[in-house]
Amino acid sequence: MAAGQSAIEARGVTKVFQGAGQDAVKALDNVFVSIRENEFFTLLGPSGCGKTTLLRLIAGFDFPTEGEILLHGQDIAPLPPFRRPVNTVFQSYALFPHMTVGQNIGFGLEMLGRPKAEIEARVNEMLKLVRMEELRNRKTSQISGGQQQRVALARALAPAPKVLLLDEPLSALDYKLRKDMQIELKRLQHETGITFIFVTHDQEEALTMSDRIAVMSKGKILQIGSPRDIYDRPSERFVANFIGDTNFLEGEIAGTAGSEAKVKLASGAVISAGLPEGFSGKNRVTVVVRPEHAGLTAPGKKADLSGKLENIVYFGTDTHYHIMLDGGASFMIRQQNSRGGGVGHAVGEAVGVMLEDHAAQVLKD
Amino acid sequence: MASAKEFLEASERKDVRDRWLLSLPALLIIFAAALGPLLVVLLYSFMVKGDYGDVKLWQWSTEGWFSVFFQRDIFDDTVSLADAHLTILWRSVWLSFLTTLLALIFGFPTAYFIATRPEGTRDIWLFLITIPFWTNLLIRTFAMMEVIRNEGILNTVLIKIGIIDAPLQILYTDTAIMLGMLYVYLPLMVLPLYASMEKLDFRLVEAAYDLYATRLRVLWRVIIPLVKPGVIAGSILVFIPALGAYVTPRVLGGGKNMMLGNLIELQFGQGRNWPLGAALSITLMAIVMVAMLVYVRQASKGTGSHG
Amino acid sequence: MANAGRFSIRRQTGFTLIAAFCFLWLYAPIATLIFYSFNAGTSVAIWEGFSWRWYEAAWNNEQIKEVSLRSLLIATVAATVATVAATMAALATTRKKPFRGTTAVYAAINAPLMVPEIVTAVALLITFASIKVATGYTGLGYLLAAHSAFCIPFAYLPVRARLESMDLTLERAAADLYATPWNAFRYVTLPLLWPGIIAGFMLAFVISLDDVVITEFVKSAGQDTLPTYMLGQLRRQITPEINAISTAFFLLSVLIVTLFFFLNRRKS
Repeated sequence: MAAGQSAIEARGVTKVFQGAGQDAVKALDNVFVSIRENEFFTLLGPSGCGKTTLLRLIAGFDFPTEGEILLHGQDIAPLPPFRRPVNTVFQSYALFPHMTVGQNIGFGLEMLGRPKAEIEARVNEMLKLVRMEELRNRKTSQISGGQQQRVALARALAPAPKVLLLDEPLSALDYKLRKDMQIELKRLQHETGITFIFVTHDQEEALTMSDRIAVMSKGKILQIGSPRDIYDRPSERFVANFIGDTNFLEGEIAGTAGSEAKVKLASGAVISAGLPEGFSGKNRVTVVVRPEHAGLTAPGKKADLSGKLENIVYFGTDTHYHIMLDGGASFMIRQQNSRGGGVGHAVGEAVGVMLEDHAAQVLKD
Repeated sequence: MASAKEFLEASERKDVRDRWLLSLPALLIIFAAALGPLLVVLLYSFMVKGDYGDVKLWQWSTEGWFSVFFQRDIFDDTVSLADAHLTILWRSVWLSFLTTLLALIFGFPTAYFIATRPEGTRDIWLFLITIPFWTNLLIRTFAMMEVIRNEGILNTVLIKIGIIDAPLQILYTDTAIMLGMLYVYLPLMVLPLYASMEKLDFRLVEAAYDLYATRLRVLWRVIIPLVKPGVIAGSILVFIPALGAYVTPRVLGGGKNMMLGNLIELQFGQGRNWPLGAALSITLMAIVMVAMLVYVRQASKGTGSHG
Repeated sequence: MANAGRFSIRRQTGFTLIAAFCFLWLYAPIATLIFYSFNAGTSVAIWEGFSWRWYEAAWNNEQIKEVSLRSLLIATVAATVATVAATMAALATTRKKPFRGTTAVYAAINAPLMVPEIVTAVALLITFASIKVATGYTGLGYLLAAHSAFCIPFAYLPVRARLESMDLTLERAAADLYATPWNAFRYVTLPLLWPGIIAGFMLAFVISLDDVVITEFVKSAGQDTLPTYMLGQLRRQITPEINAISTAFFLLSVLIVTLFFFLNRRKS
């Protein structure tokens, strides 16, 4: 791999934490990932999946047990954190409580031994960037959570790092503020052109902000792709389950053609579904369909699947139809509500289900 | 891939080495001027006593330990129990026990009183307990001495109001020692008691009242069991220094009513029996260590049951 | 009381009375002692009118001046040494995951608290006696060493507490922002640790100032401190002069403890 292509690259990184006694925890298990220059890259997964560990290895707070991490093609293992051109926005912000907002932002440059005038100018620039000019001389304990978040961002951006690491930085904010900050972060990434590596357990956050997402579980990266890729074509059960609502249908491969397959379901119905990359060619498979990628049809009309309507739940913006398919699987359809729209369906009636093109996707596992 | 591992191990080794180096000054000072000398005491307790104090170096004998509990008749060498030592040992334990008991009886309500004050004023009450604690022990003992002297304020007042005709001889008695120790060590009882009462969940008390418990029953069945760790901590914190008390019995007990601490001093002074003094010191330390062990075990049990 | 007659969950019969007695018990003797320090007569029991005479007497007493200065000197040196050593040890034993020997270091540092003072005192007496004979040195060094040693656990306590409540990510953040370990310590850890260090120093200072037993056994001739001087005086005729010294000493302790109290309060 040529240097310069990727900002950060992890090659076979494994991290084992020696716990108390004999039990060791494998926080990262042979992870390979390549993060591009100027990319907004998100590590998504539940707590304990290893995403924060990977971030700490990149920042230099921990060392990999095995494997190497490259920054622009160079192994950064021998560099302590204070020699890595990488800055972190901490989950708890970790603002220095004995310093003012301005001193916090200027700290990195001061440690780098930059001239006073340059620090001064840069601090002002950063304050402007995060729109906090008037709070420069406040103590960090005297500003709100959202403002602290901005200071943490400005502080990490001030030394103009090659890569910015963000460890669940929005988790402490309330819903409204979080929404605002998501847009703000995206803007900052765009304006600064710095590679962002963002860690979160919030799928919505990941989907709205990222260029690419890596979904992690139990120390492994399960799938890397654009938000649309991950959402529309999950490759594994965990990914499909973790992001959004999903219908799982069990079936058998009846035939394949390129990246498409015919799958025969328990009811005898045959549907066409996309095959994931690196599919093992096994016979019994699981197919996933997102609830909004299917629609209800009236009984007797042409349909991919048929069943009985069991429950209708109204959600304001949309309505969920719970269907018991012939053959015994349950299926859910989400339909957006519109004023005066919606055919009147009644619980208990027989219905058909139409799948949109490319709605079904075969899972690897 | 071995390089990552080696690097990791090297940085860990350096970290451990740095931390030992950082601890070194404190360890050296403590070893040189606190722990090391204790070993000397242990060695001395097994040596032959010198003619003018001191010991005959590297001449071993168990005579020091023997005379902790026994004595030889000067004329016919018959062995009998060392009554004088045993009396002092017994007095030390007994007075320390009484002091602890009284401190508990007075300290418990006081700690409870502080713990039930409004949040803002608790600190102030606690501060009032800590001030005497940080005041020089000698000054406090001296203050007590002035109060209980024959011509002291207590006797003067009692005679003035006609309760007694002649001054009560309190000073230079066991009672004086006990009163002094109670005065000096009371804060040590109140502070840990308060610490565990502060955490007391009064909703439990409410629940007990709701279930028809009377005040006394609430105290016995709910409050006291819940603050038991504090009771044990406070008792041991009073008992240990009381057992090793030196200044208080010396000032308030006069020369006669000795406690273990004074007996030890005597061996290094007029007694000129360093091995015996050393053996007595080790004995005292052993008793303290046992008490400490009980405390530590109780403390770890206490934290274990809370989570 | 507004609540009179109503049932109070927290009340226990007689507890307030006993508590009141306790506070009286704790303060009455000291109050008496202070009161009689202003007595015009030579008795510490019969009041003969107000006077500063015993304070003047104490102030003009060269010996008291000498022992007081020695006490302050020893306390200053010992508390400084103890605080520096204890702070270093606290930095080594807290926060990061414990290393082999953490428990041993911790136990050793707290050991002086476990050993009865009189035992430490005689141990130092016999050890230092041999050293004095062997080297011929009889200076203040012995007292300074002894005081430093038993002050260390007291200085260690607040520093350790402060370090443990300190957010570890702050140092990580400093390292992330290009601060070398030394710079991270200097610009982040130390400023945040400062209240703990001051508190530790003050505790150590008071503890050193108050010590009677160990000093009494370790001191060479002519090395009396204020407490050992007073102990000696108690054997003689007692005049309110002792009360005057005690009062001054008491006020100094109260001052330091009050400072400590407010320093702690501001922290939390």
